[in-house]
Amino acid sequence: MSAAREAVLGRVRSALADVTPTPEPVVPPITSALSAAPEGHVLDVFVERVEDYKAVVEQVDAEGLAAHLATLFEPGQRVVVPAGLPAELAAAVPVAVTEDDGPLTAAELDAVDAVVTLAAVGVAETGTIVLDHSAGQGRRALSLVPDRHVCVVRADQVVADVPEAVARLAGAVSAGAPLTWISGPSATSDIELDRVEGVHGPRTLHVLLVAADTVGPVS
Amino acid sequence: MSGTFVGMPVFPTAARAALGDTQLRHNLAHATGVIRAKRAKLVDEVEAAHAAGAPGGWEDLRLAGAAVKQRALDDLAGQLELLEESLTKAGAVVHWARDAAEANAIVARVAKSHGADEVVKVKSMVTQEIGLNEALEAEGIAAWETDLAELIVQLADDLPSHILVPAIHRNRAEVREIFLRRMKDVGRPAPADLTDEPKVLAAAAREHLREKFLRAKVGVSGANFAVAETGTLVVVESEGNGRMCLTLPEVLVSVVGIEKVVPTFAELDPLLRLLPRSSTGERMNPYTSTWSGVTPGDGPQEVHVVLLDNGRTNALADQVGRQALRCIRCSACLNVCPVYERAGGHAYGSVYPGPIGAILNPLLKGTGEKQTDSLPYASSLCGACFEACPVRIDIPEVLVHLRTKVVDGHRGDFPPKAEAVAMKGAAWAFSDASRLGLVEKASGLSGRVLGRLSKSAFPGGRPTAGRLAGPAVAWTGARDLPAPPAESFRQWWARTDGGTRPDSTATPSSTTTEGETR
Amino acid sequence: MRVALMVTCINDAMFPDTGKAVVRLLRRLGVDVEFPASQTCCSQPMVNTGYLDEAVPVVRTFTEAFAGYDAIITPSGSCAGCARHQHGMVAERSGDPALVKAVAETSPKTYELSEFLVDVLGVTDVGAYFPHTVTYHPTCHSLRMLGVGDRPRRLLENVRGLRLRELPAAEQCCGFGGTFAVKNSDTSVAMGSDKARHVRETGAEVLVAGDNSCLMHIGGTLSRQQAGVRVMHLAEILASTEDEPAGASTASHEGSAR
Repeated sequence: MSAAREAVLGRVRSALADVTPTPEPVVPPITSALSAAPEGHVLDVFVERVEDYKAVVEQVDAEGLAAHLATLFEPGQRVVVPAGLPAELAAAVPVAVTEDDGPLTAAELDAVDAVVTLAAVGVAETGTIVLDHSAGQGRRALSLVPDRHVCVVRADQVVADVPEAVARLAGAVSAGAPLTWISGPSATSDIELDRVEGVHGPRTLHVLLVAADTVGPVS
Repeated sequence: MSGTFVGMPVFPTAARAALGDTQLRHNLAHATGVIRAKRAKLVDEVEAAHAAGAPGGWEDLRLAGAAVKQRALDDLAGQLELLEESLTKAGAVVHWARDAAEANAIVARVAKSHGADEVVKVKSMVTQEIGLNEALEAEGIAAWETDLAELIVQLADDLPSHILVPAIHRNRAEVREIFLRRMKDVGRPAPADLTDEPKVLAAAAREHLREKFLRAKVGVSGANFAVAETGTLVVVESEGNGRMCLTLPEVLVSVVGIEKVVPTFAELDPLLRLLPRSSTGERMNPYTSTWSGVTPGDGPQEVHVVLLDNGRTNALADQVGRQALRCIRCSACLNVCPVYERAGGHAYGSVYPGPIGAILNPLLKGTGEKQTDSLPYASSLCGACFEACPVRIDIPEVLVHLRTKVVDGHRGDFPPKAEAVAMKGAAWAFSDASRLGLVEKASGLSGRVLGRLSKSAFPGGRPTAGRLAGPAVAWTGARDLPAPPAESFRQWWARTDGGTRPDSTATPSSTTTEGETR
Repeated sequence: MRVALMVTCINDAMFPDTGKAVVRLLRRLGVDVEFPASQTCCSQPMVNTGYLDEAVPVVRTFTEAFAGYDAIITPSGSCAGCARHQHGMVAERSGDPALVKAVAETSPKTYELSEFLVDVLGVTDVGAYFPHTVTYHPTCHSLRMLGVGDRPRRLLENVRGLRLRELPAAEQCCGFGGTFAVKNSDTSVAMGSDKARHVRETGAEVLVAGDNSCLMHIGGTLSRQQAGVRVMHLAEILASTEDEPAGASTASHEGSAR
C-alpha cells in the first residue's frame, strides 16, 4: 500500500517543517551505584534481586554444577535440553528431551516438566537474566512453554545494570538475534494490584550462578 | 475516527456517575494507592544510588528518556524509512496505514490468507484504539485477548479503564463472577470451585488460555518500541502471554504507531530503565521480548509490521502538543492523578484515559467535538502528572494549550457561550484598575447585603454568602463561600495610605473584623 | 530596592486582610513596600480556561503596573506561577514584541511571598508569634510550578508558639483548580472532601496555605461540614506578633488557644 506510505511520510514531513533533527545519539546516564562496585558485591546484589522476584537462586562451583543439576529433578522427569548445552549438563537430567530429530510442537513442549538453558547476560541492579537464544539457550519457545526453567548463568556474564547489558547484547541484536529478558517467574498484578507469581510463562525460575567462567556452549 | 467509546457523555457528566459508585471509588483508591507507593519507592532507590555516588539520578534518567524519544520524533520521516528498510532486510513485511480502517483491513487480510478464524492477542493499546477486535469479528475472525486484565474486560463485555491495568475498576469478587459466568461460552470453563483469590483466578486464566496459545496460527501484537537501526520490535510484559503470542504462532502481525520508533538499540536503555519503574513499580518487568523480523527456526516464520498514523501526524503538527507523542504508555500519570483516582478511566470515554488521555485524544482526533473538547478541562492543573512522567511530557502545559484551541474554535459562535461573555467581562475589568475598583465597590455592597442576610459564619466569624443561585450554585451546592468584605484591599490602601494613617475609623459598615478569616 | 506588592485580584476583592498582613510583615522586616494602584490580576483565570486573547490586555496591565520594580511580591503561589511561567505564552500570542520584552522584565522579578522572604531577604525567623496548632497544605502551583519546597515550612517552624502537625497526603491537590471548581464541580468537591478529611485527622485548629483560592475551597468545604477548623493565609500567621496577634478578636469563636 504505497499510497498510504507516501501519505503518512508526507504528513510527517510537513508536520516537522519547523524542526531540525539531532543526529547524535543520546548518551544515557549511569544510575546504578553497582556500575562502580567490586564484582563480589555486584554478584551479591544479583542474587538478592533475583530472589526478590521469588525465583530460586543458588551459587554453584563449575565442578559441582552437573551433580547439583541432577539433584533438582525427580526421577523420570522429562527435561528439554537445547542444542549446544554442555554434554555433562544434558547428561545430568533424568530424561533428556532434545530437538535432534526435529522441532518439538507446542503441545509436546507443554508435556515436558522443565527446561535447562544457559544465558547471555545477567543484570544485577534489576535481577534480570537475558537470553539471546544462541547455542545452549534454545529457541524462544523452549524456555517459555515448560513450567519450570532452570537457567545457568556464569559470574562473568553478570553486569551491573541495564546500560552494560545493552552494550553486551548489541552485537547479537545487530546479527538479528531475538532477546528474552527474564526477571523472575511470570507474574501478574492485574487483580487489585496483588502480585501473583506464575501465569503463562514458567511458574518456577531456578537460577544457578556458576562461580567460574568455564561453562559455555558447545558447538 | 474510532477511539471514543460510542455515545460517551462529556467528562463532567460521566464523572458524576462514577463518583457515585462507591465500589469503583474504593477499587480505584486502593489500586492507585498501591501502585503509587511502589513507584515512589523505586524512584527513591535511584535517588539514593545517586546520593551514594552513581553519576545520574532519576531526573537525569527522565531527561535521557525524553531526549531519546524526542530525537526520534524530530527526525520521524527518516527514522521510519530506516525502520522500514531494517525490518524488510530482516524478513518482515512492512505495511503502512493512514487510519484505523486501513490497519484493520491489513490484519484481517493476513489472517484470512492463512485461513485463520481466530487470532491470539498481546495486550496492546493501539489495537484497542483502532477497534481491531470488532473489525476482525465483523470478518468472522475471533480475537482472543490474553492479558489477564484484558481477558476480564473482554469476558465482561466491558471497557478498559486504565492503560496498564484495564480492569482496575474490578475487584476480585467481580472477577470471579465474570470467569464463572463467561469462560464456558468461549472455551475452557472456569473450575466450579473457583475462589476469589488472585492466585486461583490467575491459574484459571492460565488453563483457559493455554489451549488457545497452543493451537493459534496467527498472533497479533503492538510494540512498546521499534528500533529503526536494527528493525527490532520490543514488547514489555509480565505474564508470559506476550511471549506465547510472539513465539508460538506461525504468523505474527504487529501494529505499531509511528511514534514508537527509537533510533538505536543503545538508546532503548534509558527507556527500559524508566518504563517498569514508572509503570508497574518494578525494577524490571518479568519479560521483555525483542525480535527483528524473522528468526530462522525460531518463532513465527511470517512477520508483518503495520506502521500506523491514525491522527499521530495531527499531533506531530502541533508545536506544543507534539511532546505527547513521547508517551511510552506507562500510566504513571493516571496513578498520581487526583481526578483519575476519583472519576476512573471510563469517564474519559477513550482507551487513553487520565491526564495523558486528556491531551492525547484531542491531539489525535482534533478539537471541535463536545466529548473530546471536555477532556482538556478534566484537570485541576495540579501538575502531579508532569512530575511523574518518565519522558517529561508537560501535560499541564498541553492541557492549557488545548483549552485555548477549544476556546478559539468557538470564537465565531453566535450567541457566544455565557463563559465567553464572562471572560470578556473579566478582561474588561482587569484591563483597567479603575474599572476593577467599580466592580469591587459593587461587590462590597453585595457583601454587606449578603453578610446581613447570612445565617451562618466561618470559624472566626466571617459570614458566608449563603446558597447562591445561577452558575454560583456549582460552588455553593457543597461549599460555603465567604461574603465579600465591605472594603477591598485597594480601598483600604487608599483610605489609610497603605496603613500609615491611623486606622481609627472602623471599616465602613463592617461585616468583617480585623483578623478576618474566611 | 523598589518592592511592589501584587496583592492579586482575589485577595484585593475577597481577602484584603492577607494583603494587609503582607504589608505589616514586610514593614516589620524593613522593606518599604509599595502598592501600584494600577494593578489588577495576573490573568490566570483567563489563561487556564483557554481565553488567551482575553488575557493579553490583562498581562499588559500587569507589566505596566509593575514596570521598574526590583521585586514583585505576591501572597499566591498560583499567581506567581502564572506571572513567571505563563505570561511569556500570552505575550507570544499577542504578537506584540514590546509586550514580549515587557514580560521578560517582570516575569523573573515576581516572587511568591515565602520565596522572597527566604531567598531574597534571607530570613526564616520573621519574629512571628502564633500560639496555635496548625497544619500546612502545600498548594500545587507553589509546590510543582514554582518549586517553593520547604520554604513555607521553615518559616512556620520558626513561629513562636506554633505547633505544626503533619497533613496526611499533603501533596495531593485540594481540587480547587480555578474554573475546574465549577466546570467539574462534582470531582472538585470529591477532592475537597478528601482534603478536608485529612485536615480534620490532624486535629489542627488552623489550616494554613499560601493561596487563598485553595483555602476558599477547602475552608468552604470544612465550614459546610461544621468541622471547626479555620483556614488562614501564611502571611497572616507570619504577620502575627505578641503585640498584634492575628485573629485575637475572633479566635475564641472556635477551638482557639487552649
